[in-house]
Amino acid sequence: MKNIGLYLHIPFCKSKCPYCDFYSFSGKDTQKDEYTQVLKDRIVSSVSTLQCKGDTLYIGGGTPSVLGAKNLATLVNTCSPFLTGSAEITVECNPYGLDEDFFKILHDCGVNRLSFGLQSAIDNERRILGRLSNRNQVENAVKTTQKVGFKNVTLDVMLGIPEQTEKSLQETLDFCVSLGVPHISVYMLKLEENTHFYKNQSKYNFPDDDLTANLYLQMCETLENQGIMQYEISNFAKQGFESRHNLKYWHCEEYLGLGPSAHSFLDGKRFYYDRDFESFMNGNSPIGDGLGGDFTEYAMLNLRLVEGLNENKVLERFGHKIPKEIYEKSQVFIDNGYMLKNENGLAMTRKGFLMSNAILAEIL
Amino acid sequence: MKKQNIRNFSIIAHIDHGKSTLADRLLELTETVAKRDMTEQLLDNMDLERERGITIKAHAVKLDYKAQDGETYELNLIDTPGHVDFNYEVSRSLAACEGAVLIIDASQGVEAQTLANTYLALDHDLELVPVINKIDLPAADPDRVANEVEEVIGLPCDEAPRVSAKTGQNIEQVLESIVSLVPPPENNDDKPLRALVFDSVYDSYKGVIVYVRIMDGKIKPGDTMRMMATGAEFNVVEVGYMRPNAMEPQKELTSGEVGYITASIKTVSDARVGDTVTTAENPASEALAGYRKVNPMVFCGVYPADGADYENLREALEKLQLNDAALSFEPETSGALGFGFRCGFLGLLHLEIIQERLEREYNLDLVTTIPSVIYKVHLTNGEVIEIDNPSHYPDPAVIDYCEEPTVEAHIYAPPEYIGAIMNLCQDRRGVYMNTTHLASDRVDLHYILPLNEIIYDFFDVLKSRTRGYASFDYEMSDYQRSSIIKLDVLLNGDIIDALSFMIHSEKAYAKARRIAEKLKDNIPRQMFEIPIQMAIGGKVIARETVKAMRKDVLAKCYGGDITRKKKLLEKQKEGKKRMRHFGTVEVPQEAFMAVLKLDDE
Repeated sequence: MKNIGLYLHIPFCKSKCPYCDFYSFSGKDTQKDEYTQVLKDRIVSSVSTLQCKGDTLYIGGGTPSVLGAKNLATLVNTCSPFLTGSAEITVECNPYGLDEDFFKILHDCGVNRLSFGLQSAIDNERRILGRLSNRNQVENAVKTTQKVGFKNVTLDVMLGIPEQTEKSLQETLDFCVSLGVPHISVYMLKLEENTHFYKNQSKYNFPDDDLTANLYLQMCETLENQGIMQYEISNFAKQGFESRHNLKYWHCEEYLGLGPSAHSFLDGKRFYYDRDFESFMNGNSPIGDGLGGDFTEYAMLNLRLVEGLNENKVLERFGHKIPKEIYEKSQVFIDNGYMLKNENGLAMTRKGFLMSNAILAEIL
Repeated sequence: MKKQNIRNFSIIAHIDHGKSTLADRLLELTETVAKRDMTEQLLDNMDLERERGITIKAHAVKLDYKAQDGETYELNLIDTPGHVDFNYEVSRSLAACEGAVLIIDASQGVEAQTLANTYLALDHDLELVPVINKIDLPAADPDRVANEVEEVIGLPCDEAPRVSAKTGQNIEQVLESIVSLVPPPENNDDKPLRALVFDSVYDSYKGVIVYVRIMDGKIKPGDTMRMMATGAEFNVVEVGYMRPNAMEPQKELTSGEVGYITASIKTVSDARVGDTVTTAENPASEALAGYRKVNPMVFCGVYPADGADYENLREALEKLQLNDAALSFEPETSGALGFGFRCGFLGLLHLEIIQERLEREYNLDLVTTIPSVIYKVHLTNGEVIEIDNPSHYPDPAVIDYCEEPTVEAHIYAPPEYIGAIMNLCQDRRGVYMNTTHLASDRVDLHYILPLNEIIYDFFDVLKSRTRGYASFDYEMSDYQRSSIIKLDVLLNGDIIDALSFMIHSEKAYAKARRIAEKLKDNIPRQMFEIPIQMAIGGKVIARETVKAMRKDVLAKCYGGDITRKKKLLEKQKEGKKRMRHFGTVEVPQEAFMAVLKLDDE
């Protein structure tokens, strides 16, 4: 049986960012300890029945670092017996208030990848985004992790921030490059309902779609010139540093998610835990979300990747080739530079990535 | 009931002068309706009528009134539609009466329809009972208005009741005036039956209920009635009086009376307004004067927003037609809108009413095309064809010339607005005839205007440019030679037939530019650039471009929540279905609406 990914959701944040609709709240210190215990028990009971190993562990949130190094180490150690020796173990961190000891503890228990939400290196943009730390604090945190021995650090950068310009983006990218990180995720801001930005959009000067598209292309070019190559719509890495955990999502492979609002895809079924802290603490079971992994889903996910939809892999997984119909529907996009077709299969270009929703709706 | 004690009357007024409210008070005062049963404006049955404050269909009701002279009178109130689209119906209702209560608003005075309706009433030799209404308003000036009525209409107003239909003040004086001023009907019981149809309503249980005024003779159940215009015959099932909340069957109706007949008639087009009912047993030799078949004047395409509703739309139109002989429709197809119907209406209000009823009562989501009048196109081969649908417009090469229908319009307003009105009329290609000073603060501007210039928004614009002081009335005039051309809209090089329309050549350029801009603003950016072109017979006169969309992407995959991403994909596919497709171009419904409603701004 194939190895799976393991995801732990930590629903705590110091404060809520105005763009974020992930499940999180501030939480009391006692709640964090209690949560760690409940989650620990849930890990043990969940993995004990599995016939396979995990080769990635991703602790995301929320802000996992607010749980404290001790609790995080407890969770990693709980998972360890279930993980393969070379497992990729990622923890998302907010640099605010973290010291060298914190990173040491994580490093010692086996965490080998850290993710920081930089979003922007421009402090004014960071303020608009509600980030608690400034650029220098991020710089110091990243340098500390490198000193402690972390080689695989990724930064999140955001496109489409109010007031953002080509110049300010360039400054942010230059900053990332100067830190020497091998992986960068660049997300375009999307106004999600129920967020502060959504409710107050008229008060902010958001870049329009044309500018955001330009920023995206500028970013792709800048990073690739530095050898940080695009491998997914929003993800860039030096060779060998691609996120193995996230690749499981895009390759339509299986994973187990634990914690409120965490999603799973296991034995062909999708299910998730309710977005409700109390419910999870009370031991409620996850909610079924139907079957997953059909061809449409597989194609939709794989076309997020630069490598695209691969003929051989499709054949291997589904026993048939990429349907002719999809090639036919794609032709107009191929002709206009949105897609590429070669002997391996079908893929999006950068221009295509930018329009991928519309294209997927046409071809799938 | 003695003929001496019957009074048949209508209430006429300019719109909003309080006709329906006064009718309510009369009903209340004669205790025809218990007060607790009163809904505001009882005679206006349809929700739409109550909302818009206009009467669309005529209604009638019989009231019993014990007058101050001790006698009990039978008062038949025949309500009339309040809009120029329904002028013919008004004239038939008036023909059924001996008198008319003329309401004048105590603050606004004489307005266009006050005069138009007065002339209509005088044409039918009706005795007029002037009533000055709304005396409760702070701006009321009954003395001035009474003078104005005497000056403009020549109707003495010394004795005119001054009332407030809203508060009920002095309403009894109206009833007394009706009794004393309106003459009773003649006794013609001995002559062969002649009954004037002033309204007919389809009822799913009884078939068509024919509202009549018996001019001569009698009618009773068992008689064979004959419609003199169509020759159709029916067996009379029931006759009776209309009470506000019920019908009251009678043994017979006799001359001078107002009532209803049912005879299992299937559609109102078999009992058209204005037709004369006689009996097959003892037919009258001559029909009553004034019948004409009303013809639609304004046409447009009506399409279901969802093609699957086509049959539902057909059924709804059929049902509405049961009750509305003036509505016409026939199937048509459009490359842009699919299957729908070309519908004919009396005027724009009629169009709007039908559209609203289809949407509300039948729950249909509709797209309507730009309304058109009937043009007479003279071809080079001498043939003349009538065109009400732009898609049937012939190739310009074979057209010799075109004629368009005109109206004689009278606009009444205070003199300070003459300039604004003249500008508007000139802008609408009006030909000025003359100005009459009716009173010190009232003029009548007489214009000949092309019908196609007034069917859409003329009245609204007139109102806004005169701060609501102007009123407007028109009647159809003749066809006049005119430079009418067809304007096409092309998206990505393809003609969108549903957006084509006919327009005067002088106005084509400005309109074309506005439509192109409007489309540009309302067509969402798509994968590819979309050229918008406006063309006359292949010659492009305006152009805009919808730039290609550049960004439509879900940057983040929400952790492992693939279902969410999948749902977004499904939603996007759904959204595509709601668009109208033209080749590769997708046009949302709103873009059509924006173009069709262009003149509202």
